[in-house]
Amino acid sequence: MNTGKGKMVLRLVLLTGAVILIAAGIAVKDPAAVWTKAVKICLECIGLG
Amino acid sequence: MDKREKFRLAVQGIAALVQNANFKGFFTGKIYEGGGKNFCVPGLNCYSCPGAVASCPIGALQNSLTRMRFRFPYYVLGLLIFFGILLGRAVCGFLCPFGLLQDLLHKIPFPKKIHTFAADRKLRNIKYFVLLILVVILPACIKLTPVFCAYFCPSGTTSGLLLLLRDSTLWQVIGGRFFWKVCVLAGLVLASLMICRPFCRYLCPLGAVYAPFNKIALVRLTLDEDSCISCGACERSCPMAVNPAENPNSTECIRCGKCLSVCPENALAYVRPGKRKEKAE
Repeated sequence: MNTGKGKMVLRLVLLTGAVILIAAGIAVKDPAAVWTKAVKICLECIGLG
Repeated sequence: MDKREKFRLAVQGIAALVQNANFKGFFTGKIYEGGGKNFCVPGLNCYSCPGAVASCPIGALQNSLTRMRFRFPYYVLGLLIFFGILLGRAVCGFLCPFGLLQDLLHKIPFPKKIHTFAADRKLRNIKYFVLLILVVILPACIKLTPVFCAYFCPSGTTSGLLLLLRDSTLWQVIGGRFFWKVCVLAGLVLASLMICRPFCRYLCPLGAVYAPFNKIALVRLTLDEDSCISCGACERSCPMAVNPAENPNSTECIRCGKCLSVCPENALAYVRPGKRKEKAE
């Protein structure tokens, strides 16, 4: 994977994989789950709870 | 401070402001509840910060893993790979608010400034264990506890301190864990005065995620070996104590560009597609 072409292929594969994962996440409503957690003060996250 | 450094500082400042644009939250102690929190920012920025208008990827990742009914974190993982491929650890150098805080702290004059030390290289591996154990394995096993956030994350502690300033009811729930987290934060602040970006170097799980992408990310450095005179200026100037002449795309490089500014032969450059040939690694 040292060549420029190899890196380009790997980059494209990973980028495509990332887009597929994001799309799959949106399809199963992951962003809503992220939102639900993030709009309340997470006492555990800040070390208070 | 040269032009490149001023530019980076400006980008870091703007990124920190954009990610924390809920300015009224700093006065009211109420956090933002809008749609922006569907999205994760690339850097470490606690979503419980009163200013945060988006979510932290590490917090969101742990949240997916701590659910009683396991759900594979497609979305967060996809975003992390996406940011990694585009930027690699340029996220650390340009977009992370906690990175900016450490940079500013390191600018404060202090009697002892440490560039690197004997165990520096080995200690940098700790962040991979932090990612694996505290962010992935323990939260997935001990359900309901985002271990990294709960016990270590200095961004979360900063958010907690900001909220405590505005919401007196929160003082009633302070416990030993918060004091521990404040100690961790204080230790990092003190260390930042001496060492550049100690949290990024040794502990940040987000840095551990982006580090392997440095070799293939779109933002990369290239070295013209014919021009390099091996003067060592790049290594001496590097805030992360890496040697760009040896490895321009080290997993520790945050793409700050200081090495580019000091190179007397302009042997180092950002890769521009179709321009300069990259050094084989």
